Amino acid sequence: MSSKVIVTTTINGEEFEFLCEPRQSLLEVLRDVLGFTGAKEGCNNGNCGACNVLLDGVLVNSCLVLGVEAEGRTIETIEGMAAGGRLHPLQQKFLEHAALQCGVCTPGFLLAAKALLDHNPDPTEAEVRHWLAGNLCRCTGYDKIIRAVLDAADAV
Amino acid sequence: MQAFRYIRAQNAEHAAALLLQQDGRARILAGGTDLIVALRERRIETDLVIDIKGIPEVEEIAYSPTEGLRIGAATPCYRIYRHPDVIRWYPGIVDAASLIGGIQIQGRASFGGNLCNASPAADSIPALIVHSAVCEIALPQGRRRVPVEEFCVAPGRTVLGKGEFLVSLHLPPPPPRFGGAYLRFIPRNEMDIAVVGVGAAVQLDESRRRIVAARVALGAVAPTPLFVPEAGEALIGAEAGEEAFAQAAAIAQAAARPITDMRGTAEFRRHLVGVLTRRALAKAVERATQTTE
Repeated sequence: MSSKVIVTTTINGEEFEFLCEPRQSLLEVLRDVLGFTGAKEGCNNGNCGACNVLLDGVLVNSCLVLGVEAEGRTIETIEGMAAGGRLHPLQQKFLEHAALQCGVCTPGFLLAAKALLDHNPDPTEAEVRHWLAGNLCRCTGYDKIIRAVLDAADAV
Repeated sequence: MQAFRYIRAQNAEHAAALLLQQDGRARILAGGTDLIVALRERRIETDLVIDIKGIPEVEEIAYSPTEGLRIGAATPCYRIYRHPDVIRWYPGIVDAASLIGGIQIQGRASFGGNLCNASPAADSIPALIVHSAVCEIALPQGRRRVPVEEFCVAPGRTVLGKGEFLVSLHLPPPPPRFGGAYLRFIPRNEMDIAVVGVGAAVQLDESRRRIVAARVALGAVAPTPLFVPEAGEALIGAEAGEEAFAQAAAIAQAAARPITDMRGTAEFRRHLVGVLTRRALAKAVERATQTTE
């Protein structure tokens, strides 16, 4: 049937070559083949945002991308967000605002929030809530997350 | 997920030839937001996935005042609603593109995929219909064109035959004093499937008070997205205002064939068709009024 395919891609600035089956999602490849376990499998159907990564700078659900589609692309995962041992301002503000509890949704929220601030450095509360509508949290609730993102936008 | 092979198509003819060779056992991959879920849930089976992203005409947006707008079938929503010419000339298309899924979905999902998925509730389709959009379809030899209102034939089914796939969507240049809008009702603020969606477009006369042409299309009230030409025809020559909008809305309500399901009753949907048709027409007229010559 289907044999494995060699894929070359750049993740958090570093080049990787991996083997995967066409049926494996980018999320499966990141977690099971390459060991980037920061992206989480929540719903595995595009509703929850826990598997968010940036693909060529665009926020996507990695469960809805095939691993083979990563050929020649640039991927940013949560593992690349803290630079040089220093937390990204969004990460720092999530801690200060206690914007996480179990933490499963957190990598997805952080990357979604980063994509927002890259696109719109000074969002309104309504814009933050709208942008983060594709990320689900089941424990802390959304308000602390929204506060943390707004605070980080002020800090950046 | 079942095993399949993956090929990146070189061009439209290559993709069409692969589809034909596989005799129904191949699937086109655009943004994957429907296809990958369906494969994972084993709702569909396939031997081959043909990735059409990377074919320039399939993922480009091009606008010219004489040719109008061409949207590659696999162009993701975010590139549609951020495109300066789409924002300026086709705000009704921006309405639809910016409310399909959340930001992550809009990073991948395309109008071509939305059409080929052929959901009765697809948000892009009523908006495309009222903009008189035409589908360009690749065949193993040549091309054919089908108006968007004829593309879906049943829930999940389209006019595409063996070896055919959707390449792009063509929207004519907006005539002078033209405006379009798409509105939907959902019980949440975001991230939901339309209970009812309504697209409307109008062209005003030089005084900007009377309607010279109009189109109305409905979503989620029939087995396919529904073009209601008689609602638009009733507006020709009418003064743009609540009285005319109400008349068109009544015609749209009569044309709707809604069912009762988990998202709403038939009665509620028919009510929504009336409300949303009036509002979408008002929005379209407002936009047509604001256009510059």
